[in-house]
Amino acid sequence: MDNIGTHSLDFFELDHNENTKAMGRSLTNRILTGICVTLSLLTMIPLISIIVLLLKNGLPLLSASIFTELPPAAGMTGGGFGNAIIGTLVMVGLGLAISTPVGILSAIFINEYSQTSRLSRAVRFVAKLLTGIPSIICGVFAFAIVVLPNQTFSAFAGGVALSVLMLPTILLTAEQALMGVQNAYREASYGLGATRFQTIVRVVLPDALPAMMTGIMLAVARAAGETAPLIFTALFSQYWASSLNEPTASLAVLIYNFSTVPFPHQVSMAWTASLVLVAFVTIANVAAQTIFARKN
Amino acid sequence: MPIVDQQMTKQTSPNSNPPVRKDFLAAKDFNFFYGKKQALYDINIEIPERQVTAFIGPSGCGKSTLLRNFNRMNELIEGVRHEGDIRLLGKSIYDKSVEVISLRRSIGMVFQKSNPFPKSIYENVVYGLRISGQSKKSTLDEAVERSLRGAALWEEVKDRLHESALGLSGGQMQRLCIARAIANRPKVLLMDEPCSALDPIATVKVEELIRELKKEFTIVIVTHNMQQATRCSDETAFFYLGKLIEFDRTQKIFSNPSEKQTEDYITGRFG
Repeated sequence: MDNIGTHSLDFFELDHNENTKAMGRSLTNRILTGICVTLSLLTMIPLISIIVLLLKNGLPLLSASIFTELPPAAGMTGGGFGNAIIGTLVMVGLGLAISTPVGILSAIFINEYSQTSRLSRAVRFVAKLLTGIPSIICGVFAFAIVVLPNQTFSAFAGGVALSVLMLPTILLTAEQALMGVQNAYREASYGLGATRFQTIVRVVLPDALPAMMTGIMLAVARAAGETAPLIFTALFSQYWASSLNEPTASLAVLIYNFSTVPFPHQVSMAWTASLVLVAFVTIANVAAQTIFARKN
Repeated sequence: MPIVDQQMTKQTSPNSNPPVRKDFLAAKDFNFFYGKKQALYDINIEIPERQVTAFIGPSGCGKSTLLRNFNRMNELIEGVRHEGDIRLLGKSIYDKSVEVISLRRSIGMVFQKSNPFPKSIYENVVYGLRISGQSKKSTLDEAVERSLRGAALWEEVKDRLHESALGLSGGQMQRLCIARAIANRPKVLLMDEPCSALDPIATVKVEELIRELKKEFTIVIVTHNMQQATRCSDETAFFYLGKLIEFDRTQKIFSNPSEKQTEDYITGRFG
């Protein structure tokens, strides 16, 4: 009896010390959790205030005619920026049409065909360097290779500039997406007698597609808002474009132009264009994510 | 080009009892290297037809390496090299006329970790048929039922063939992988520790299935579990440090092995 009593007393003493230390640890835990929550809330402030600001300044001019009419001349009121919306869609689409096949096929090559070859390492290295290149340089590049030989600013040149901007993002996220595909799937496919091409098309790509789409959407979101590469290449136009080979309006350049003029109507229109641009990018993003989340 | 067509038609008639071929699958003076490291040394083995042959031995002894050479899966690894020959029904699997993709259809494989594709049960089973250009629905339907019955899975999944295979239990997934392999009507089934990730009940089911499948297929199974080798194999090969130490009837290996190393391993003195 005595023995047991002494033993349990020791046990409770130990427990008491241990308990004091544990209280200290859980206090630290609670403080750090609090800091993390506060900081996460803080990161939302810029985003929320941007949206509030855009809604406040952009909503007054938002109407159907905004989407269908041409920009007003200096000092005039009314009008819209239908040509800029079309221009942005066309140039982002052109950029995607160039960079998606190149980026995804390169990613397939460096991840599925030849992971360690010198060429693969070179492609990976160049793509990483490209992500760091300022967007204005993409504009200068497209100016040199498209605008100068053609002797005109054009939507085509704008598309080329945006494709250079999008390519590294698409390539590197596609590579990550392919790396994320379990090797067991590839083995199973080869084990059943599939060729490498069949394995890639039937097993690897379907599994990697949602992650690849995320990369493409990131690239679109970035390219749609870029002004610098377009100033040198597509310039701007007051009119509807009738071909890919003439100066073309875009939302980003319209915002840039109209926000710096002394006419209040144009400044308001720049706000509305900003709102439309952000809405487009958001809707495209959410749509892509829902479609591919459902597919999986 | 299918390399075993003639023999195939001869021996699939269920009622005849054709003689068992002793050297159905054979390695001759086979050496294998991962880069500079040699993994297999002068392997000579003849695997008999429609029997279960177990490969046992401690980790790194080369049993999986040899298994993966039978369907040339090891060639997917960079920097590997082999010497000697492997023959299926007397014909070299390295012969120029042998397409590696048709070899892999003739010699199916089941992996350690069950790896069904993230597709429906149905699409998993017909994968091998689809990639070989078969798209006729009646043929595919027939193959699905035959293969799933063959893998003792039909009754459990027949009402949800078009649901994702990833919703199956571990044991069901492994039997689905077996169904997927036998849908190709292979001559040989290679199994690389097929039960090592399964619970005891699922293991019993797969072992029963293996005993059933040997009526139709020649089976080679790599296992770490010696009870499993005694339960379901007819022949056992013991590998150690890349060499084939002993190859005999399973009963003989486990009751009266000829080699000291074999005895030490099966009695648990190392490994």
